Amino acid sequence: MRRAMKIILSALIVLGSLFLLQRLLMPKYVDGVIEGAFIAEYYRDVKDHDVIFVGDCEVYENFSPAVLWQEYGINSYIRGSAEQYIWQSYYLLEDTLRYETPKAVVFNIQSLQFSESQREAYNRMTLEGMEWSPVKVKAILASMKPEERFLDYVFPILRYHSRWSELTASDAAYMFKTKPVSFNGYYMRVDVRAAESVPEGKPLADYSFGDNAWKYLDMMVELCEEKGIALILIKAPSLYPYWYPQWEEQVEAYAAEKNLPYINFLDIQEETGIDYTTDTYDGGLHMNLSGAEKLSRYMGRYLLDEAGIPNRSGEAELAGRWEKKLAAYEAEKRAQYEYYGMTEED
Amino acid sequence: MEELLNILREMHPDVDFENEEHLIDNGILDSMDIVSLITEIGEGFDVTITAADIIPANFNSAKALYALIQRLEDEA
Amino acid sequence: MLFTSYEFLGFLAALFLLYYVLPKRCQWILLLAGSYGFYFAARPAFLLYILATTVTTWFAACRIGDNLTRQRAYLKEHTAELDREAKKAYKKGEEGIRRRWMAVCLLVNLGILAVVKYTNFAISNVNGLLSLFGGEELPLANLILPLGISFYTFQAVGYLIDVYRGTVPAERNLPRFALFISFFPQLIQGPISRYGDLSRTLYKPHDFDGRQVCFGLQRMLWGYFKKLVVADRVLAAVVTIVGEPDVYQGAYILAGMVFYTLQLYADFTGGIDMTIGIAQVLGITVQENFIRPYFSKSLKEYWRRWHVSMSSWFRDYLFYPVSTSKVMQKVTRLAKARLGEKAGRRLPVYLSMFVVWFATGVWHGASWNFIVWGLANWVVLMVSEELEPLYAKFHQRYAVRGKRWYRLFQVGRLFLLVCILNLFDCYPSLSLTFGAFASIFTAGNWQVLWDGSLLALGLSALDYGILAAGVALMLLVSLSQRSGSVREKIAKRPYALRFALWYGLFLIVLLMGIYGVGYDASQFIYNQF
Repeated sequence: MRRAMKIILSALIVLGSLFLLQRLLMPKYVDGVIEGAFIAEYYRDVKDHDVIFVGDCEVYENFSPAVLWQEYGINSYIRGSAEQYIWQSYYLLEDTLRYETPKAVVFNIQSLQFSESQREAYNRMTLEGMEWSPVKVKAILASMKPEERFLDYVFPILRYHSRWSELTASDAAYMFKTKPVSFNGYYMRVDVRAAESVPEGKPLADYSFGDNAWKYLDMMVELCEEKGIALILIKAPSLYPYWYPQWEEQVEAYAAEKNLPYINFLDIQEETGIDYTTDTYDGGLHMNLSGAEKLSRYMGRYLLDEAGIPNRSGEAELAGRWEKKLAAYEAEKRAQYEYYGMTEED
Repeated sequence: MEELLNILREMHPDVDFENEEHLIDNGILDSMDIVSLITEIGEGFDVTITAADIIPANFNSAKALYALIQRLEDEA
Repeated sequence: MLFTSYEFLGFLAALFLLYYVLPKRCQWILLLAGSYGFYFAARPAFLLYILATTVTTWFAACRIGDNLTRQRAYLKEHTAELDREAKKAYKKGEEGIRRRWMAVCLLVNLGILAVVKYTNFAISNVNGLLSLFGGEELPLANLILPLGISFYTFQAVGYLIDVYRGTVPAERNLPRFALFISFFPQLIQGPISRYGDLSRTLYKPHDFDGRQVCFGLQRMLWGYFKKLVVADRVLAAVVTIVGEPDVYQGAYILAGMVFYTLQLYADFTGGIDMTIGIAQVLGITVQENFIRPYFSKSLKEYWRRWHVSMSSWFRDYLFYPVSTSKVMQKVTRLAKARLGEKAGRRLPVYLSMFVVWFATGVWHGASWNFIVWGLANWVVLMVSEELEPLYAKFHQRYAVRGKRWYRLFQVGRLFLLVCILNLFDCYPSLSLTFGAFASIFTAGNWQVLWDGSLLALGLSALDYGILAAGVALMLLVSLSQRSGSVREKIAKRPYALRFALWYGLFLIVLLMGIYGVGYDASQFIYNQF
């Protein structure tokens, strides 16, 4: 009896301390690089969205669900993450469908350029936040680079074991709680750095997108068809990375073949009113708040008029939820203006 | 036996070969000693100790070594 | 499948479990299957090599064993009618048969080893000669060295010679023999087990013995500590220094050879700890391969304590046969006549040692730097043997022997000597090695040892701290080991202390080990997505 107690107690100490250590060592993404926290935030929201965005930074920095709600009554969420590869977008969509079925999905086709994962760090930031399900397993298997091991995802302590020497106070503070860092998946930046000279794209040996990338786009199209979801392809107006005309041709041909709407925001600068001297915070890679709100207005009109997304501003319960979110949104805006020493009019 | 002890004492004057039972295990005789020993025995006793005979059991004590020599003399 | 891979740990866990769940008579069969699976996972084609060695050695040893049995029976049966001479003649004839079997088998197996290991070395030497005469270069052969071939070939050869000498009986059961050759914990890096030792516990049915299993796991953990926390950490600095011989000279070489010696020690002894630990979990005793080698006071002693299974292999199967051979005895007689009694006795020993150290060098690697390394060991051993009378005089005059500080001096001297000899391991060419060594005395850049330059070798101050603590811990364990097994000492302590100690070591390996993709904060810099 005493022996059994000893063993059970030891096992509990081992498991408990390993669990605590794992929580402590995992990156928290609450300050500095916060993009790694976006994927997990979705699970804490009430899941009755009509529009879901999937894609990389070109969605989570360019569209603001707050504006879509405020001005069009559209309830949307962005399941975006840094350099999200197309198979990850696909599985994140599949993951989202475990909870809800939106009316429309907006996918940014920038990631067609990659047919395999480029960097382990991006895999981590996208996959780690997903809740465990067969979908996550498939997403990990589709994403792993040769040097990665599945076990490192199951037990992240194996991946982050050496972080003990770089721990900060926030690692302890956010062991079990998190703080919201996005606004329905939107990453807000209010600062401005005008786009000056945009480098021409270097000529490529081969402009055709890889088979693996096409495969997942096909799968996404099929999944949306099966579930009766309107799939909208977009290309965000980022000046860089360079969007090649040869790429544009392939996407246009694909959209035409599958009868899918495709909006290239690079071509409709006049309609959106994007001004690259004021609407970007990093010289044309990503939109700042001003740019994102402009794009959201265009997207909102499109979603209401062309995609038939309902205006739900009359729903009291939903409006109540959004009221709180909008308050946080405004507070963050003010905090950032103050931080960057700007006024709203800048 | 006395002849063997003389050979051994000449190599390591400070060892009590009559009573020491762990010449190999305690590292008193090293491989160089063993080779010289085999040469000396070969001359003194007219037997040939081959590599196959070099196992600790045969070299751990003067007694064991003498037994080996006698056995080899018998066979020759 | 490296010992440090997740796959290997999974494989081990499954094997341990099955081993004690299956009926006991199946245990060795499971080990055979596991060993071949382990080898198959490395590269299926390798199986052909190990099978060839296994089958040929098994067959030849059986023939030799049969012959010995027949000889004994014949002599017993005809003991009355045969006189001494007839018996001798009969024995001689039979021994010739056995010797032929052994020779053919040795030729085949050492031949395989020579071809896969030394073909390219031979070609590159021929090319070197050809280039002197302006000839065209021969292309190198496309050969991949089968995993562990140097180790299992030596193990097979040792067994064959043992059977020939009649020290062990021939193993008739081919699968059982195949397990002896392929036993996976020792397949990659030894130790080179003797059949007489390993077979005592390898095939026996083993009951689950909690204490032994615990001890085995503890030994493994200690091995993982040495390998992952110490060896793989210091590796970064070794690679940096050795990788750029033009940049890293002088004091860097001094630091580098100490780092390399530390890495080699932690890596090799750690690996052997894992091997012996795994075997112990299975209830199998594998011979120790290291006996605190850096407590040695001379190179001679060092080679009795470092990589014991290899040095004793060379001693038993090469040194003794050569030094007691008829040729050598002739040399002895000649030398005694020409050089006098004492020198005449030493010359054949030195010649035999030359053969052994040449072979040891060649065995370590197919290149000149290893051969010179082997011969450098030979020179040092010979010189210290020759200086022995001088030492004796010195010790007669000054009573320092046995004094603590003098022992420490000896140990330090030996360590430095081994560090210098290890330099031959580090650089691919001899001119680099000699250049590096000479620069220690000529570069005059001693300030790099304390001005922070060592922090630019790929190790941070924290890494150096961990290494220093690791070395201190290894030293502490070795010191404690002199008076008996450290694990047994710990086992006598109260449970809470034991638990804290071993779990603490586990956490150290888990957190401070160098493994996995590694968290590199610089990867997360937000710039290009």
